[in-house]
Amino acid sequence: MGKLKKIARRSFLIGSVAIAGGVAFGYWRYKTPYKNPLLDELAEGEAALTPYVRIDADGIGIIVPRAEMGQGVTTTLAALVAEELDVALEDINVEHGPASRAYYNAAALEEGLPGIAAATDEGWLARNARGFVHVPAKFLGMQITGGSSSVPDGYVKMRVAGAAARHALVAAAAERLGVDRESLRTEDGRVISADGSSLAYTELAAAAADVDLPDEPELKDPSEWRLLGRSQPRVDVLAKSTGTAEYAIDVTLPNMLFATVRMNPRLGGGMNGYDATRAESMPGVERIIPFEDGVAVVATNTWHAFQAAQAIDCDWGDAPYPATSAEMMEAVRNSFDRDYRDSRFRNDGDVETALIEADVVEAEYRAPFLAHATMEPMNAAAWYRDGRLDVWAGSQLPTQVYALAEEILGLDEKDVDVHVPYMGGGFGRRAEFDFIAQAILVAQAMEGTPIKLTWTREEDMTHDFYRPAAMARFRAAVADGMPVACDLELASLSVIASQMGRIGLPVPGPDVSIVQAAWDQPYSIPNYRVTGYRTPAMLPVSSWRSVGASQNGFFHECMLDEIAHAAGADPLEMRVQLMNHEPSREVLRAVAEMADWGAPLPEGHGRGVAFVMSFGVPAAEIIEVADTGNGLRIVKVWAAVDVGIALDQRNLEAQVQSGVNFGLAAAMMGEVTVRDGEVEQTNFHNYNSIRINQAPPIEVRVLENGNHIRGIGEPGLPPAAPALVNAIFAATGDRIRELPLSKFVRFV
Amino acid sequence: MQIVVNGETHDVDVDQNMPLLWVLRDELGILGPKFGCGIAMCGACTVHIDGRPMRSCSLPIGVVSGEVTTIEGLGTPGALHAVQEAWVEHQVAQCGYCQSGQIMSAAALLARVPEPTDEDIDIAMNGNLCRCGTYPRIRAAIHAAAGKLREA
Repeated sequence: MGKLKKIARRSFLIGSVAIAGGVAFGYWRYKTPYKNPLLDELAEGEAALTPYVRIDADGIGIIVPRAEMGQGVTTTLAALVAEELDVALEDINVEHGPASRAYYNAAALEEGLPGIAAATDEGWLARNARGFVHVPAKFLGMQITGGSSSVPDGYVKMRVAGAAARHALVAAAAERLGVDRESLRTEDGRVISADGSSLAYTELAAAAADVDLPDEPELKDPSEWRLLGRSQPRVDVLAKSTGTAEYAIDVTLPNMLFATVRMNPRLGGGMNGYDATRAESMPGVERIIPFEDGVAVVATNTWHAFQAAQAIDCDWGDAPYPATSAEMMEAVRNSFDRDYRDSRFRNDGDVETALIEADVVEAEYRAPFLAHATMEPMNAAAWYRDGRLDVWAGSQLPTQVYALAEEILGLDEKDVDVHVPYMGGGFGRRAEFDFIAQAILVAQAMEGTPIKLTWTREEDMTHDFYRPAAMARFRAAVADGMPVACDLELASLSVIASQMGRIGLPVPGPDVSIVQAAWDQPYSIPNYRVTGYRTPAMLPVSSWRSVGASQNGFFHECMLDEIAHAAGADPLEMRVQLMNHEPSREVLRAVAEMADWGAPLPEGHGRGVAFVMSFGVPAAEIIEVADTGNGLRIVKVWAAVDVGIALDQRNLEAQVQSGVNFGLAAAMMGEVTVRDGEVEQTNFHNYNSIRINQAPPIEVRVLENGNHIRGIGEPGLPPAAPALVNAIFAATGDRIRELPLSKFVRFV
Repeated sequence: MQIVVNGETHDVDVDQNMPLLWVLRDELGILGPKFGCGIAMCGACTVHIDGRPMRSCSLPIGVVSGEVTTIEGLGTPGALHAVQEAWVEHQVAQCGYCQSGQIMSAAALLARVPEPTDEDIDIAMNGNLCRCGTYPRIRAAIHAAAGKLREA
């Protein structure tokens, strides 16, 4: 135990190091063989410093080691550094940090803890369990973007880096001017002396490298913040409004060729053989490259590659899973069995006894497989030459590319460079790396020539790692307008087992995602039990924005609506009464006030409410629908969330709106089905999403009552589906227990 | 054959059936128009041909006779079009991948309908998919851009 503590402390030591013409600030790390991307040019044995700030004669750079996939994290993380450094965001160069294991993410792994640490649990065990997770996270070296964790992970680290840099620059200025450092202040990238003269940080950079840094640089009190707590213009917004932002699909290299793949539509079924005679003679085709599960085509234009890939006759192997999604749903249903029991993290009171004598409310719910369907289809560029590999890919887990390069090419980490451009959506899909492995394989076959490999939308839609299909069953009893017993059973495929299996990590114990946002909700019900069942693997599955909360929020909150109806209670007031967590109660009260809950509605209108705490964020939403006679219209959405500390209100609003629309799209029309082992949805005509004509106004309020700072990329999503389903019940009296809703109702 | 893109004439030697999008992206290196679906269902590839919004992923180069304008020709970071200005002011973009297409559709709408209603926006913009769900800000930015263009 003592040893672990020592490592943890040393790893947080702030430091600086001289670089050509300047200085870099970051964290000294315990001795590791991990590559340090910005310091390659340093003499051997010098520093293992993970840089967050770099200053030289050319300017000030802030390195943001997280994937920008739309969530605005580049801007917020840069603002954390800029705040302490006293520079304006427009005066700095914000770089996405090169892939390096040094940029570990400890916060992401906290959510994956087995069921001992609900976000609201501040007990000794929970706090310590969270603390210890930092150590394995570092040893795993995961530079992961996910789990709404970037801001919680960077909140202290990034500010300390900025404060340390400022400390050194002021000390260097004091030395140069021969004055006390106390007589100096900083503003807009300059150190200013009492007589008003000033020195630019860029002039002081080289000297700042020699300054000894304090172990714990002093951070500003939040009352002194000038950037944080105020909305900042996104650093990427100009590029993204002018077509000049570079995504991996835009990477252009000298004499580059263009590639695509055709893969077995029966996922993981392999390829018995292929005939590319016709494709080989098609215009622009340069090379056909078979691999385990399909064929790649290299051509002079992506469209030529697409055409040729379609012209290859492939003999595909069989699917290693049931032929239809109906059979898979049956397997999910069959896993409600002792043999498949995975967890029972909540078991309050005595549910069995409480249900014996009661009038029992019971129901069964279903949620389908879903695709991520990012706007930018999977793609990656790679260039293998002179024993070195460069990869350009939108990746939420870029350090994994080193493992691929070693596996495929036998390359050492030092001979691999991973470049991570902007991502055209991630939602969890870009935490996978199948497409990156293919690009490396093609680059290997085309050694010396850079290639860019782009999937068609059809390959993308039919070769996803899907949100698992899931089912829920509940039995509940009510008395005096309140639930007295509630037994919720949840069954789905295991995301963690599927995902971790692909990166070769063992995962002992239960998969908390199966019961996420169901076992850990801040409600007190005297007899309350949540049991998870693990369905055996079928379609490959993975994290899909908000993970288990995406289906469990729907199950749990529709269950509570049914209970409220049976109890004759107001569904919002009943939740307030059941809550044992004040910030959660406050978001419900806030959303009720915003929507004027309880006010009379026009004929044919109905409102539903839902509350889900996920990733530590309590989120409450109210949705109003209107039955137009010609179909349902979503009139408006109100959402209240609590992130503890709101660093950027405008971006928080954007992320909640994004989550709501993503959740509504899935609830209304999202469904992946399988027939003859193949996914039936191939493009946006049969896997549609919400469009502007159906997207409702969404009013958002962000509260700051929680104890910890939290991320918001996901938590706005889970309440959307149940709030909509509950609103439809209120408007029409129809209780829909299966998604997508388009199977049962029409939306205008 | 020759095509005119953003006022510049290019000689291209490609299959007549190659979609305009792939001529722009892989032959000419004009990367603002994005590949999203290939079947004119998402709008990420939207360009103007003689001012009309077209899905370049599904338009064979052989049938393109008018002048092509891409997002790069609409405005630049140093000289924004009014629609782009409104997009920046309203902080519309999230992942940003669909926004070239959204902006091109919006600019074409405003050239035709200077003061669009919400219903006009629904009709003109529902071919442009945004998986980040930036629709509330897209709508607000279009109304703001309409105001800017009327004042100009």
